[in-house]
Amino acid sequence: MPASQLPDPQSLLPLPTVTFHILMAVAAGDRHGYAIIQDVAERTGNRLRLGAGTLYRSLERMLRQGLIEETGDRPAPEIDDERRRYYRITRRGEAVARAEAARLTDLVRMARASGFAKGRA
Amino acid sequence: MTSLLLYRALLLLYPASWRAEYGDEMRAAFAARLRGASGFPGKLWLWLEVIPDLIPSAAAVQFDVLGQDLRYAARTLRRSPSFAIAAVAIGAIGIGATTAAFTMVDHVMIRPFPYVQADRLVKLTESPIDKPGDWDVSPANYRDWKQMSRSFSGMEAYRSLSADVSGQGEPRRLDGASLTAGALQLLGVRPLLGRWFTEADDTDAAHCVILSYGLWQSQYGGDAAVLGSVIRLDGRPHTIIGVMPRDFYFPNRTALLWTTMHWAPDAFEDRTDTYIFGVARLKPGVRVEEARAEMRGIGARIARAYPQQLANLTVRTIRLRDDVSPRSLLVLKVLSGAALCVLLIACTNLANLLLARAMVRRRELSVRTALGAGRERLARQMLTESLILTLAGGGLGWLLAHVMLPLLVKLIPVSLPLAEIPPLDHGILILAMVLVCATGLGFGLIPALRGQRQILSGLREGGRWGIGGARQRLRSALVMIEVAGSVMLLVGFGLLSRALLRVEAVDPGFHAEHVLTLETSLPMPRFETEEARDPFYRRVLSETRRLPGVRVASYISFLPMVHGGGIWPVEIEGHPLDVALRPRVSLRFVTPGFFSAMGIPLRMGRDVRESDIHKQPYVAIVSQSFVNRHWPGLDPIGRHFTMADVPRTVVGVAGDIRVRGLERESEPQVYLSWEQADNVSSWYAPKDLVVRVSGDPLLLAPAIRRIIHEADPEVPISDVRPLDDIVSAETETRRVQLAVLGAFGAVAFLLAAVGIHSLLAFAVSQRTQEIGVRMALGAKSRDIVGMTLFDGLKLAAIGIAAGVAIALAEGSCLDSLLFGVAPYDLATFAAAAALAMLMTLAGSLIPALRAVRIDPTAAIRAE
Repeated sequence: MPASQLPDPQSLLPLPTVTFHILMAVAAGDRHGYAIIQDVAERTGNRLRLGAGTLYRSLERMLRQGLIEETGDRPAPEIDDERRRYYRITRRGEAVARAEAARLTDLVRMARASGFAKGRA
Repeated sequence: MTSLLLYRALLLLYPASWRAEYGDEMRAAFAARLRGASGFPGKLWLWLEVIPDLIPSAAAVQFDVLGQDLRYAARTLRRSPSFAIAAVAIGAIGIGATTAAFTMVDHVMIRPFPYVQADRLVKLTESPIDKPGDWDVSPANYRDWKQMSRSFSGMEAYRSLSADVSGQGEPRRLDGASLTAGALQLLGVRPLLGRWFTEADDTDAAHCVILSYGLWQSQYGGDAAVLGSVIRLDGRPHTIIGVMPRDFYFPNRTALLWTTMHWAPDAFEDRTDTYIFGVARLKPGVRVEEARAEMRGIGARIARAYPQQLANLTVRTIRLRDDVSPRSLLVLKVLSGAALCVLLIACTNLANLLLARAMVRRRELSVRTALGAGRERLARQMLTESLILTLAGGGLGWLLAHVMLPLLVKLIPVSLPLAEIPPLDHGILILAMVLVCATGLGFGLIPALRGQRQILSGLREGGRWGIGGARQRLRSALVMIEVAGSVMLLVGFGLLSRALLRVEAVDPGFHAEHVLTLETSLPMPRFETEEARDPFYRRVLSETRRLPGVRVASYISFLPMVHGGGIWPVEIEGHPLDVALRPRVSLRFVTPGFFSAMGIPLRMGRDVRESDIHKQPYVAIVSQSFVNRHWPGLDPIGRHFTMADVPRTVVGVAGDIRVRGLERESEPQVYLSWEQADNVSSWYAPKDLVVRVSGDPLLLAPAIRRIIHEADPEVPISDVRPLDDIVSAETETRRVQLAVLGAFGAVAFLLAAVGIHSLLAFAVSQRTQEIGVRMALGAKSRDIVGMTLFDGLKLAAIGIAAGVAIALAEGSCLDSLLFGVAPYDLATFAAAAALAMLMTLAGSLIPALRAVRIDPTAAIRAE
């Protein structure tokens, strides 16, 4: 899909939690599907364990939205598994993730001002 | 290992395209987690996580893909709106016609009657030994059948009834039925309110009535307090003891109320006094054939005991559900045949349309295949497209069927004990939709898939590919089928139109213009005697005659065509015969002036006179056919015959009229004086008023109503209509039938023309270069037009030949509807063939002209 036909990044907000976690997982470097599951589990202290169905449906949608892309590059052959596809965050993905983070920060700031959360507004 | 297999099986829930993309990945992820799970509890935990994840996600993916396919299909269809509209319209016509027609077939032939175990019920009537017939039964015969038969768990009797209902506003004439006490119980339907009849109701003292749901609603507003109230039927008070449920009808749809049948002790003496029908329930395990054999034996035994009264008679035992006239069945067959034809043509046309589209879309499909779209994905998209078209067509067809049904109901003038307009048969609707959808898939999808390899090679060659010879041949065959089908329908339409013209040309024997008719059924028993009736007739007739514009007014027992019965045996002087063998005539009582009011020519002698009253010699006017049969070549005036045990003298001869309708042979007619009705039941008392006027007959209706109302406010007036209407009602069924066939034929015709047009247009577009070369080499426009037209005519000729062959067979099936028109009527066939040729020419013309306009230089340069 040409970039001009992609939806406006703002229209994707708020991002589904799973999508945000996947973006965070691939931000550090290219990952294959199972690695993303592990990464998310680790990051959340096992509180969020993605099922394969949920993961690949999200990945498929994120590909369509242009948030991630499949990479042609492969790691060294000895650690690569032929079946695996690797995903990389796109610039658009980064921009959307940043926008989402800003939105959340904003939200937290307002929550503090209302006394719902600790810390300074 | 089992876990992996199970996981693989679960992945089948996803669309294949998804599996191809992510299946391996997901299995690998699962395998990795499986390695991490230790022992049975670990695996169980893993599955408890996997299943709630996988199943909703698979459903969501399926849903996503469906959404994509729908959007894609909508986009493609929007891009070719004419294709979409044509496909939907064609589907709708095929689906609508078939659904409506087969709903009627189901209604008339199959739908069970609203009784308990209705397939175990039979109707018992008398019939002549040597020909089909469905005659009423005498109470004596019925009683003997009931006593002698062993095949039935119960046998009851019924007769139709028409009663003046008063006590609630205007007196009204309503149809109903008289039943023996156990009849409703035999049918097994409980009243909605109140109770069944009991044996105690069967005496002369107890008068009770059960209302139909419809009458209860319309007359009593559905008030449950109606039980126990009293209404007057023909002047006698009847207590309402029950209300039947909404869907209950017996013996036909028109019966609105039911009373019990009362038999006087002498009712069982005369076995020729027939007026009831039997209905019986087969004992468990007894087949209808066994019951029929038993009843034949019983009939023969009774006939031996009463040879004079029952000569040549036998018992007819028929399943209640099978009691549908052969003519109605034939009309149904014609209807469903035509509908199938329309469906066939619609499907072939759709097929044709889709084939053409598939060829046009080859490029698109090959590009998408080259870009990696899988077979399954393409198939799914085309399936979705077919489904959308079918659903839209089905929805529209459903509407169409709803519009058509009330029209089709008029085709079959039966009053089965079922709701008048049958509910649409959704099974048939779905079946027709499946057929249309299958056509869509068969001709849209399969070629698309099969052609893929060849498409890819086509893509490599650039924009050019061959005409697709095999497919073009298939399309030609489809067009031929369409032509054949439309020729068939045209021939059917033509033959039946000619038959209609013939029926309309039949001379009814009277002049129907400027005549008003109405029925004043006389409340019985008040009007049972001639003395009671006479002042009413005299007053109404004399006052009516005084109205300005009235030329003649007269009363008769039954109007011709409205009532064909009223048949009575006569004994010609000097030719004594047993009752069963005596000639039967149509008996009517008339007041003076009947013949001039109806415009029936009086050939000899005189009309009935005011002076032909009770004490005077008994006179009769007979019809010409009566004279021809009994006194050929002799002067009939002054001759005698006996009727109802009274000798009558012929004083006049009238022209014959079509008492039984335009299409049926009528018995010879005998007219007697209204004052000389000894020994004849008051059923024959004149009650139909005939008024010949000089202007519009309906204008006088209010004045005549007033006269009757003033003469006797209790006499109900009904069926006020011009005599013209009665005559044209005779051909109404035929006209509806023609309208339906005509509409089907026109649709088929149009579809075939469209088919020919699109086939040739496509051929021309494919042959642009060839035509360009030909023109460059000196071919004249005439040659090019000729070439294109010839292609079309070739198809048409084969189609017409096939259509004519089928139509010949069709004609002989229609024979009994043709009213003497030859089933192979040359003019009709020639006209149908010529029309089909014309249609072909019209369909080919535009493509031919387009071929001529091809610019040779441009065409060759494109090469």
